[in-house]
Amino acid sequence: MNIIVCIKRVPDTETRIRVGDDGTSIDPNGVKYVLSPYDEFAVEAALRLKEARGEGEVTVITLGDDASQETLRTALAMGADRAVLLQGEVTADGLATAKGLAAEIRESDPPLVLLGVKAADDDGQQVGPMLATLLGRPCATAVSSFEVTDAGVVCRSEVEGGTRVLELPLPAVVTITKGEYEPRYASLKGIMAAKRKPLEKKEAEMGPARLQVKAMELPKERVAGRIVGEGPDAVPELVRLLREEANVL
Amino acid sequence: MKILAIAEQRDGLLRGVSREVVSAAAGVAIGHEGEVDVLLVGGEGIEAQAAELNGSGAARVLVAAHGALADYHPDGYARILKGVVEAGGYNAVFLPATSQGKDLAPRLAALLDVPLAQDITGIAVVNGALELLRPVYAGKAFTRISVDATPVLATLRPNVFQPQDWQAEVDVESVEITEDPSSWPTRIVSFEATGGDIPDVAEAGVVVAGGRGLKDPENWNVLEDLRSALGNSAGLGASRAVVDAGWRPHGEQVGQTGKTVAPKLYFAVGISGAIQHLAGMRTAGTIVAVNRDADAPIFKVADYGIVGDLFEVVPRLTQEIRTLKGEG
Ligand SMILES: Cc1cc2nc3c(=O)[nH]c(=O)nc-3n(C[C@H](O)[C@H](O)[C@H](O)COP(=O)(O)OP(=O)(O)OC[C@H]3O[C@@H](n4cnc5c(N)ncnc54)[C@H](O)[C@@H]3O)c2cc1C
Repeated sequence: MNIIVCIKRVPDTETRIRVGDDGTSIDPNGVKYVLSPYDEFAVEAALRLKEARGEGEVTVITLGDDASQETLRTALAMGADRAVLLQGEVTADGLATAKGLAAEIRESDPPLVLLGVKAADDDGQQVGPMLATLLGRPCATAVSSFEVTDAGVVCRSEVEGGTRVLELPLPAVVTITKGEYEPRYASLKGIMAAKRKPLEKKEAEMGPARLQVKAMELPKERVAGRIVGEGPDAVPELVRLLREEANVL
Repeated sequence: MKILAIAEQRDGLLRGVSREVVSAAAGVAIGHEGEVDVLLVGGEGIEAQAAELNGSGAARVLVAAHGALADYHPDGYARILKGVVEAGGYNAVFLPATSQGKDLAPRLAALLDVPLAQDITGIAVVNGALELLRPVYAGKAFTRISVDATPVLATLRPNVFQPQDWQAEVDVESVEITEDPSSWPTRIVSFEATGGDIPDVAEAGVVVAGGRGLKDPENWNVLEDLRSALGNSAGLGASRAVVDAGWRPHGEQVGQTGKTVAPKLYFAVGISGAIQHLAGMRTAGTIVAVNRDADAPIFKVADYGIVGDLFEVVPRLTQEIRTLKGEG
């Protein structure tokens, strides 16, 4: 079974965010970029499925600039077979991104497309179900584990109050969240092999972005509060402060 | 400005977050010669819940009731919404940023061919156009965004927008349903309820979160006691370390790869305060930290801290709160 995984290059989650000179995006100086953690889960899920079935090919696709090749190579080093770089504008408009991905994926029409539930930069949380809708495919989001059966793909998602289980006929789109798919580390052999795996570059066909970032701001720093005291003897004073000062009890 | 607010129900009962979304919509509409419609989708008899929206600021509640819509169905709900939005000529459509709303809104966006802003925490009207505030980088920054399409589509983060009381009754109208459920490809297999009546960490008004300092999953009774002393609106949260260790379910994880929460009160117990954890809870109203390490980074964001052994401090805290509430 052939699987496509859509991935994104994002700042490492350890990054301390500073606003850049344009006032609308982060200052990229000194920022280390990584494969978005949710996309890592999706790559891992695809590789496990391929290994369990003993057949099929895993293709990773990203929409971005040349720097994103590094991210594709990371996924190839984990074990993906081939990569596609859709050269286009990285935008906050998830629908424009989904259109770019749909234009590419419509041709090969693989039975399963996986994505991370959201990108760890803009936290947009939309490209997967938009892509599915554009392709006219069913979709399950925020899936922590899934299985491919004769009937399709059975997906489990943790939602408020419980676990929802959905069955989607294939072809389908599934977005992955943290759960079953703790990502593997790329082996040295994997890293060497990744250098020789095919990486194709094409222009993205994505249409205009209609959602504009006017400004980026940092949240008000929380002023460090106070240590009320040490040990259980400090509890009565804490309770008094919560009640009388913070008004939350 | 005409706004459609999408209400959310579970098991036939309107969820509290619906009123937040309706009130936020009304807050915008009222100042700009507008009005608010609510769409309530559910099973047979769901119209009885419309009365819960009296005084929320809405003028009309449109009810789409059908046996096949009792539980959330992504394909069915998306198509019903598309029909209602297109017929109504709305300037904006707001949904709750719950699991359901965040799953549904992107589908609707693609069907309507408009962009989407998920999980917004602020709405302003600037020169007649909506400007939305949303957290990015897991809350380490915010962006102000504008949308060059109609309707403006957004999901609103729970616990951020205050429900209002405007004392006006709503008109109820029903939506005709021409959808054929057999044409919806997705099959709902099951819904396994967990946690009984405990609210989800993302929606709870008060969160008691525990980390590796608890030492053993058996020790969670210490936190559960505090949670129950705090009342029905309190939920449980966890650090990634304890979720990865299998001590707590994934659904409780707070932080960059878990949920982002904004309760009015957050207790971080035996949690060091790694940057990825802080990302998920820094917008809480009041943060209380209990940690035996006075240098733990959690104290840098906490409003109140107690340095000490949680196994001594937390039971005392539970007891004091019970006494305060007259239960001790
Ligand atoms: C890509 C990525 C994503 C991540 N996403 C998340 C996320 O979403 N959420 C998240 O939480 N983390 C996340 N992390 C992990 C994060 O970096 C930390 O490892 C994690 O938050 C630590 O959990 P902890 O605070 O429970 O454990 P620790 O850091 O081990 O802290 C335990 C604390 O308990 C205190 N303690 C011990 N015993 C006692 C006692 N008896 N009484 C009082 N205090 C005591 C200690 O002083 C210590 O401060 C992520 C990491 C990465 C790399």
